[in-house]
Amino acid sequence: MPHDSYISATDWLFGMLALLAIVFYGGAVFHSNRQSRLRKWPRKRIVLWIAGVLASASAVVGPLAELSHDFFTWHMLGHLLLGMIGPLLLALAAPMTLLLRTLPVRQARMVSSLLRSRLAGFYTHPVTASILNIGGLWLLYTTGLFAAMHHHLWLHVLIHMHVFVAGYLFTISLLYTDPVSRRYSYRFRTVVFIAALAGHGILSKFLYAYPPAGVPIEEARTGAMLMYYGGDAVDLVLIILLFRSWYHSAKRQQTHIPSTSDGHVYMNETTQNAPAG
Amino acid sequence: MAVLQVKNWTNRRSYQKRNLWAGILFGLGFVAFLDETVFHQLLHWHKFYDKSTVAVGLVSDGLFHAFSWFATVGGLYLVADLRRRHALWHKMFWGGKLLGGGAFQLYDGTIQHKVMRIHQIRYHVDIVPYDIVWNVTAILMIAAGLLLIKSAQRNARSAERLMPHAT
Repeated sequence: MPHDSYISATDWLFGMLALLAIVFYGGAVFHSNRQSRLRKWPRKRIVLWIAGVLASASAVVGPLAELSHDFFTWHMLGHLLLGMIGPLLLALAAPMTLLLRTLPVRQARMVSSLLRSRLAGFYTHPVTASILNIGGLWLLYTTGLFAAMHHHLWLHVLIHMHVFVAGYLFTISLLYTDPVSRRYSYRFRTVVFIAALAGHGILSKFLYAYPPAGVPIEEARTGAMLMYYGGDAVDLVLIILLFRSWYHSAKRQQTHIPSTSDGHVYMNETTQNAPAG
Repeated sequence: MAVLQVKNWTNRRSYQKRNLWAGILFGLGFVAFLDETVFHQLLHWHKFYDKSTVAVGLVSDGLFHAFSWFATVGGLYLVADLRRRHALWHKMFWGGKLLGGGAFQLYDGTIQHKVMRIHQIRYHVDIVPYDIVWNVTAILMIAAGLLLIKSAQRNARSAERLMPHAT
């Protein structure tokens, strides 16, 4: 296996992509901030974008990429960074919103009609995105694909791209940080999300019991547990963000929330007078 | 004052189900969280994977594990929502919590441990006393939860009787 040339080729490719991502985002922020009619782009989002690019890139460039080539546990850490943490941070940086406000009106309209197209609607449907994301992982780890990935450069590149893109689609299909073609109800997204998380957890335990071909059992076990608990940690953040946005939208929808000014009064009254309950 | 009091009972009545569900979800999530923290991580009694697990056990475990995260977080956001509507009803919420927590513990202790054999409570010991304590606790929680829910409903009815002008 032409190991070293292999690593350097992917280093170069993914490194360039990461660099371009930061340069383009920074350029767009700089450009759109100069337009006086627009609010300043939040600094927080710039930080999130850079963190997201670094997290994703760290899995496919440099020492972690090299280690994950040889060790399953490191591979799993890379998977968490590339497929979950990175995409989440990037989605929170709202790149599409930035793009739309940076482009001239005509091009912005084109992009926005592209985002509203049936094709985009298909790929950002929670079910499609979940199948691409979790189904892709099942394919990778339970077939010969994982072993083949280590022997073919193009397969290696393709699979890592897929993990990243599917992770990103999955994130934006659940959290609407950017414009989407269609917004699905919280209930629907929650149900799909639970099924997807379950698929991830089940796969982790499955890998613990039945390691992919060529992976030593001990490595498979630590890797599987990292996948299970690391996935839990990132998913917890996703769940909190999902419910937080439900909490804010429920406030807007329901009109009969008593106003807080008088609410305070009868809260105190009831504690004194209401029957125990 | 009486009017204000009625208002609160009206809130509670109109969000009765939400109070109950907030409790059930949070109770379920909390018990699942305790199970993971205490029995898997701190005591190391439970195993991550047991070779005798049947296939459907892996699916059930995965589904409940995923669901429990949602239940915990969702339950707490429901509480926050009820609070801002001045409709949080502690008795109903606690009733739901005990019911949800107990129901999950009973499912875990009977179906998941015994039928699907995802793992046992503890290994290399006589398991029977552990199983009994586990499941009896679960049944007690369910019973206490149901009693609290009934009692909360009675409170609401008597509050309505006291205030005939309500609603």
